[in-house]
Amino acid sequence: MDLLRFTTAGSVDDGKSTLIGRLLYDSKSIFEDQLEAMEESSRRRGDGNVNLALLTDGLKAEREQGITIDVAYRYFATPKRKFIIADTPGHIQYTRNMVTGASTANLAIILIDARKGVIEQTKRHCFVANLLRIQHLVVAVNKMDLVGFSEDVYNDIVEAFREFVSRLDNIVEITFIPISALNGDNIVDKSTNMPWHSGPTLLYHLENVYVAGEENHVEARFPVQWVVRPMSDEWHDFRGYAGRVAGGVFKPGDAVTVLPSGFTSRIKAIHSPSGEVSEAFAPQSVCLTLTDEIDISRGDMLVKANNPPQVGQDIEAMICWFSARPMPPRAKLILRHTTQEVKAVVQHVRYHVDINTLHKIEGVEGFAMNDIGRISLRAAVPLFYDSYCRNRQTGSFILIDPGTNETVAAGMIV
Amino acid sequence: MPNYQFSHLDQLEAEAIFVLRETAAQFENPALLFSGGKDSIVMAWLARKAFWPARMPFPLVHVDTGHNFPETMAYRDEFVSLMGARLIVGSVQESIDSGRAVEEKGAAASRNKLQTVTLLDTIEQYQYDACLGGGRRDEEKARAKERFFSHRDDFGQWDPKNQRPELWNLFNGRRNPGEHFRIFPLSNFTEMDVWMYLQRENIPLPAIYFAHHREVFERNGMLLAVTEFLKPQSHESARSKLVRFRTIGDATCTGAVESSASTLDEVIAEVAAARQTERGTRSDDKRSETAMEDRKKEGYF
Repeated sequence: MDLLRFTTAGSVDDGKSTLIGRLLYDSKSIFEDQLEAMEESSRRRGDGNVNLALLTDGLKAEREQGITIDVAYRYFATPKRKFIIADTPGHIQYTRNMVTGASTANLAIILIDARKGVIEQTKRHCFVANLLRIQHLVVAVNKMDLVGFSEDVYNDIVEAFREFVSRLDNIVEITFIPISALNGDNIVDKSTNMPWHSGPTLLYHLENVYVAGEENHVEARFPVQWVVRPMSDEWHDFRGYAGRVAGGVFKPGDAVTVLPSGFTSRIKAIHSPSGEVSEAFAPQSVCLTLTDEIDISRGDMLVKANNPPQVGQDIEAMICWFSARPMPPRAKLILRHTTQEVKAVVQHVRYHVDINTLHKIEGVEGFAMNDIGRISLRAAVPLFYDSYCRNRQTGSFILIDPGTNETVAAGMIV
Repeated sequence: MPNYQFSHLDQLEAEAIFVLRETAAQFENPALLFSGGKDSIVMAWLARKAFWPARMPFPLVHVDTGHNFPETMAYRDEFVSLMGARLIVGSVQESIDSGRAVEEKGAAASRNKLQTVTLLDTIEQYQYDACLGGGRRDEEKARAKERFFSHRDDFGQWDPKNQRPELWNLFNGRRNPGEHFRIFPLSNFTEMDVWMYLQRENIPLPAIYFAHHREVFERNGMLLAVTEFLKPQSHESARSKLVRFRTIGDATCTGAVESSASTLDEVIAEVAAARQTERGTRSDDKRSETAMEDRKKEGYF
């Protein structure tokens, strides 16, 4: 069984909660006690059917209590796959949550209300999915029951969507599915109301979409996380470098270069959680030993000479600002990148992006909450990095306010 | 092109190990909260792998209510020595004796709540700046929003309104003196994943997870075990039944379920069936009620 992480973006009005409730319900991931509570609430509210949206009710209570609306993670499994949903609210003020949820997702479900078609919010979701390099989109055209299951309405939406999305270049695959989350049309079973739809149902697609091969298995990157030194009699001379492979494939005997020192050595052995192995690839957590004793510590990176990362202190990046406190000009921040933490200063703000129109806004200074734009940064020491397009792990960073210790921005290296 | 696919358990394992190593690297004095239940057993097992062949660079901390099943304590000591770990015990009894905590009264009295006092005192006494917990996001709605690295203020409180966004593999554990973090390496495991991992790794479990005969009585729809700490009241009658426990906690408030599952395979089949209980079938009332109880307790830390 493998794992698919996906994000759902959309507002309550689009039927997002109903859709998630439907997936959990139809995959039998709801416990009896949860269901009983839901039935009871539905009865009290006078709903005709069980109101599946009540399953994600946490969000509603949050709003009532005035708590910040946040990413919630939900889980379900079928015999084929385990799924992790990063459930993010879709309103404009929650851009930062969409970015957070998208950062670990392989696929995004974009919900469109069939009565409304492609609206600003749809474009916003697509922009964020593209920015975070989600390669697979599912466009779920919901509430088909309210437009008489009309093929024409659906086709118009598909066309409008294709036209807009052609400007977004990270997305490699788009699947359109007409659904009714409320009634279950095309969720698990093929809808008898829409015989004209020849494509898959939503669950079939989620179970079968091919998402492997998104890790970079070419350019070898191993950020050292922790040095393992048992200092016991049995393992007297053992010195292992623990970390999670961020790219490429490592095998015993491979020549590796250590950054920043530039020393070279060979891999002696690879210890995985289940014993010694003959290769390691992303995203495995392993412990490597080398044939030579060299000085290596956390924050260093093992790479291969034939495809090294970029090394430098000056970085160009797209960022999304998270903090309610705006970013002042030339902000001095802490930058966390792979296993390294360094001081950095924002040199220039190149532009902001209007995420509804995709237009660049130049001549701006600073960032306010939910702003997305391009900056240049200078780090106190050289970083070993790739562009985010090539590698999500070595191309991403967060910025931390040294005064409050808050995570104030997420960045993707251009 | 070789196949670099990786099963869902492998992915969860790799993620948890990454988080455990990140905890060791970012904190000066971390600890692993160990209850003797299945989640903390899996977490400790992963911790041993994360730092092997070195010992895990933090102790196991057990907050002991004093109301234990004897099997749990025997298991705890054996497991700790198998892991080659250090054990620190925070005693609720001591918190009561020193007046830091007050024992609840009445038939439904439990030391469940008092554990927080002992836990926070233990954190303060040993100055832990990070406590690893076995909490999972599938346990309940509030936990669905919990971070891997969850900040706690000077008073040990969680502020859900002001959580740090967590992106990619980048965890921000920066803190001021007196603050600490709760860290949840198993965040993305579900209950079923935990059982499947226990099975795959062939991890020894406390005997009370498997079916055995025990004197039990019914209270509020739960099957409670007769122990030296908990006796049935006059209107309640104890009977011997074939039962097992779905979670392990304080003996006064951990419910048993009637079950004949005596192997891990049988337990997993039972858990899977419990997930698939259709609405309207009433046979499983008790089980789901304790399931909910279990969840709350497990999310307690």
